[in-house]
Amino acid sequence: MGPLLDPFLQNEFLMRALVAGVLVSIACAVVGTFVVLRGLAFIGDALAHGVLPGIAAALLLGLPGILGAAAGALAMIGGVGFITRKSRLSSDTAIGLLFVAMLALGVVIVSRSSSFAGDLIGILFGQILGTSLENVAIQAVATAVVVITAVVCARPFLLLSFDPEQADVAGFPSRRYHAIMLVLIALTVIVSFQTVGTLLVFGMLLAPAGAGALLAHRVPVMMAIGALIGAASSYLGLLLSYSFDVAAGATMVLVATGFFFVVLAATNIRDRLTAGAREPDAPASGPS
Amino acid sequence: MNAPRPASEPAAIAARDLSVGYGGVPLVPGIDLVVPARSSLALVGTNGSGKSTLLRTLVGLLPFVAGSLVVLGARPGGAPRHLAYLAQFHASGFVLPLRAIEVVRMARYPERGLLGRLRGEDHDLVGWAMETMGVADLAGSPLRSLSGGQQQRVYLAQALARRADLIVLDEPTAGLDAGGRERYLEAFAGELARGAAIVTATHDIGEAAEYDQVLLLARRVVALGPGAEVLTADRLLETFGILVRDPHEEHRGRFVVAERAHGAPQVVDVGP
Repeated sequence: MGPLLDPFLQNEFLMRALVAGVLVSIACAVVGTFVVLRGLAFIGDALAHGVLPGIAAALLLGLPGILGAAAGALAMIGGVGFITRKSRLSSDTAIGLLFVAMLALGVVIVSRSSSFAGDLIGILFGQILGTSLENVAIQAVATAVVVITAVVCARPFLLLSFDPEQADVAGFPSRRYHAIMLVLIALTVIVSFQTVGTLLVFGMLLAPAGAGALLAHRVPVMMAIGALIGAASSYLGLLLSYSFDVAAGATMVLVATGFFFVVLAATNIRDRLTAGAREPDAPASGPS
Repeated sequence: MNAPRPASEPAAIAARDLSVGYGGVPLVPGIDLVVPARSSLALVGTNGSGKSTLLRTLVGLLPFVAGSLVVLGARPGGAPRHLAYLAQFHASGFVLPLRAIEVVRMARYPERGLLGRLRGEDHDLVGWAMETMGVADLAGSPLRSLSGGQQQRVYLAQALARRADLIVLDEPTAGLDAGGRERYLEAFAGELARGAAIVTATHDIGEAAEYDQVLLLARRVVALGPGAEVLTADRLLETFGILVRDPHEEHRGRFVVAERAHGAPQVVDVGP
């Protein structure tokens, strides 16, 4: 089949990693679209770090890491909500405050047990090459939940991204759908800890959706572009990682970020060309 | 804008001793107000006089502080299918990939809910509303590529496409050119004739005079009644603090309001 496919066909672990990567990419494109549109990047970042102490504590107690991750995400969202409600501080102050605290707590818990110091790296950067069939199945369920929820909530999510007050007036309570959105972000981050890792998932959440935002004129198109770029990044990242023996998850994220900059450069050149094609005294952007 | 009002129709808005404000602190107390179906109300006042606060309370975005308020026979915000609201400012960022027609289609979401497909009649309404506001040819354009005035026309088309019984507009003519204003006035006269009630916050005294009722606000109710009775020099002075006589020959006797938040009230004569 050639050097582009053979590694995947001959190595089951690589194929599992690819399937997991594509599933992560689809969930990340859907969720990442709303993260980009609603400016929720920082809360996504906070969740990525907030799950760490939960996972570490769960592993220390011999519980499934995914439960700990869920608890950590819940604590993070609850904490941010608590601080913004009880003070006049903006949510980014609350998020910044808590995400460092949660990261520190994670490190403290990990340092209690020297046996899994290496696991900290595994949690943050994932072990996509060690993805088990069970992990792939969990990822598939999570991706399905994300996609189905996004389809059902497409209208309120669009209204929320357009103007939260319009959502309220239209009878779709903005608080409820904002909470659902946060749960989807948390779910994506939590489940990814076994694949790309809780830190790197953030790159998959932003780079493909960001590239989609530059290209698309419609939200579903933005998601589709994000999913395609994410899937391509998974494939290329794994192939590069296999060929050059470098860290798989990190390579995937680097490829995705590379795609983003290629799209950014291409759209800039395109805009400059279309601006140059207009009359010299016409504004560079804006309607004619 | 005066249309016959069948007495049998319930009022779109009924407020008794209503106080509106933020965080339980009244900004405008003691509002007694009835807006029947097929009638229009203009809110006039300076920035910070309570216009937007009252509008946001009427549509259920803001809980009222005291008194009673029934909107469309329910609590404010309790009848989203029959209410259209156009805010003064739009939170929508420039990132959002959205075509103009999709903004207008949002008007039909309350009617169809989460998953109900938009029907032929919905698409007809969307097309008619965009045609009415003169933005049909922009339907496929990305919202972010439109000028402020074009965007405002699209938002007004959204308000039209809702087919609401109560239409609440916060400074709808801001940013509109003369053509846009004309289309807006005609379209919303049509909505009144169809049976809707309209409440609008405006800075245009001349436009307010066309409404069935005018409510002058200055963090209190200065006056409420038909435009001809309410829009007098004394009351406008009380509302705005400063008045300028229109210098143009053809507008003799008209006032132009120059807003001033503080200082003693004054009337300024400007020679023609």
